[in-house]
Amino acid sequence: MAQEQKQPRRSSQDETTTEEVAETDVAERKEMIDEDVDAILDEIDEVLESNAEDFVKSFIQKGGQ
Amino acid sequence: MSVRRVMGTEVEYGISVQGQPTANPMVASSQVVNAYASSTAKARRARWDFEEESPLRDARGFDMARQVADPTQLTDEDLGLANVILTNGARLYVDHAHPEYSSPEVTTPLDVVRWEKAGEQVMLDASRMAAQVPGTAPILLYKNNTDNKGASYGAHENYLMRRSTHFAEIVRHLTPFFVTRQVVTGAGRVGIGQDGRDATPEHGFQISQRSDYFEVEVGLETTLKRPIINTRDEPHADPAVYRRLHVILGDANLAEISIYLKVGTTSLVLAMIEDGFIDRDLSVEGAVRSLREVSHDPTLKHLLTLRDGRRLTAVQLQMEYLELARKYVEDRYGVDADDQTVDVLARWESVLDRLERDPMECAEELDWVAKLKLLQQYRDRDHLDWDDAKLHLIDLQYADVRPDKGLYHRLAASGRIRRLLDDATIEAAMHDPPVDTRAYFRGRCLDKYADSVAAASWDSVIFDLPGRESLQRVPTIDPLRGTRAHVGELIDRSDSAQALVAAITR
Repeated sequence: MAQEQKQPRRSSQDETTTEEVAETDVAERKEMIDEDVDAILDEIDEVLESNAEDFVKSFIQKGGQ
Repeated sequence: MSVRRVMGTEVEYGISVQGQPTANPMVASSQVVNAYASSTAKARRARWDFEEESPLRDARGFDMARQVADPTQLTDEDLGLANVILTNGARLYVDHAHPEYSSPEVTTPLDVVRWEKAGEQVMLDASRMAAQVPGTAPILLYKNNTDNKGASYGAHENYLMRRSTHFAEIVRHLTPFFVTRQVVTGAGRVGIGQDGRDATPEHGFQISQRSDYFEVEVGLETTLKRPIINTRDEPHADPAVYRRLHVILGDANLAEISIYLKVGTTSLVLAMIEDGFIDRDLSVEGAVRSLREVSHDPTLKHLLTLRDGRRLTAVQLQMEYLELARKYVEDRYGVDADDQTVDVLARWESVLDRLERDPMECAEELDWVAKLKLLQQYRDRDHLDWDDAKLHLIDLQYADVRPDKGLYHRLAASGRIRRLLDDATIEAAMHDPPVDTRAYFRGRCLDKYADSVAAASWDSVIFDLPGRESLQRVPTIDPLRGTRAHVGELIDRSDSAQALVAAITR
């Protein structure tokens, strides 16, 4: 099929990766979960828009269907 | 039928111009759509053809007078707003004050996921292209349904059904399913009430983005007094044979499994209704109130009262539909059931079992649970109340279409949300049409004969051919014709639109 003009697409950094977590004892597993929570929150802290209050306040939409 | 039928979705995106909260959203929406259209269209832009649209046709058998209709209901008037058809068969346009992507017609739940997710990427590219115009501020797009200040906008599903099915039967058997399916399909929301102000520290999160905006059980409206069952009846197909069920109460989902289960389970329930298979009345008392109560209880313990007197949780009521669907598929297909039908049933059962045990077990699959888990982690770490702006920001930014900023995308990229499709498959669907519906004919004509297509719509492609006085309208009234099997080879060997039209009309 003929191709239309295509735009550059985002890189492969978004591809999903799944990590196999080995079964270990409960304490170690809890520690891993805590570290995982810290990791995701740190990551999201970095991308959250600054000044949450103003940002949320200024998101005003007109109603749709 | 099974999970398979002619289906499609339409998503209105939230839009804001960075740093300009008072910017005109219609102008911004047009900029987004036009930017995509001008950078991808090779030649003239085909117009949308409104000839077959009838938004005031009611499934109960009458037409609403145009004079009494709200202006927002007159969707067939061409207001000059941006409106284009893509080579994947989709429609990209401005609806009210939002950019909207209507997917091409497909026949399986997984293809709904594929072409709806392709729409997210179209919107992402469109916003990036709009930002390249000198002097324009960045335009941000959100796949959500509310601004938490009273406004809501839709993510609609469309299912082609047999005309012979009585509408009253659809209402009776579908309403309890719709009241409760949000435990699977909800996108999650911080804020209670239409303007988000009823929030209390205990109950600031709810399962669905849309549930608080529904006020009646059945009706034609989509922008005010929204009904659980919408009666708009434009089949875009032979009206003697088909009706199109226009579903307006769903949330805009980011999670692929949420979309997949939403359309897969709904299609199965519709099949049972068409075949008269549902032998019991699962009606709930106070459907509109129940819809909200289910949404407001993320612990999933709320008990609904059924008309037969039983008290069930939403998950338990979903399990009744699941059990019926299992029997139905076993009865009609046995071991010959198709793979996606079997897969939808298995996933539906697995998700319901885990939701009943502990909803958090579904955090890698369902939008509302993934969002709630993230919010809870923030609440625990930073000791935030539900009215904290940061939690509202997380809710909003979950739906940001940008891969670097959108929190759904961050969770998916780090493997915290499971997916059904890879990026390459979705990206191909930005350009390629489905092969098994008329969207194939529409998309390929737009791709190969762009110079000669004057207009197109769901049920026609209109050619402007050199040497012909009048436009040549090729009707595509049957959604299951114009497939690759029907016209693929014909288009392959027709070098021009003249040759194609000559071959079709010969």
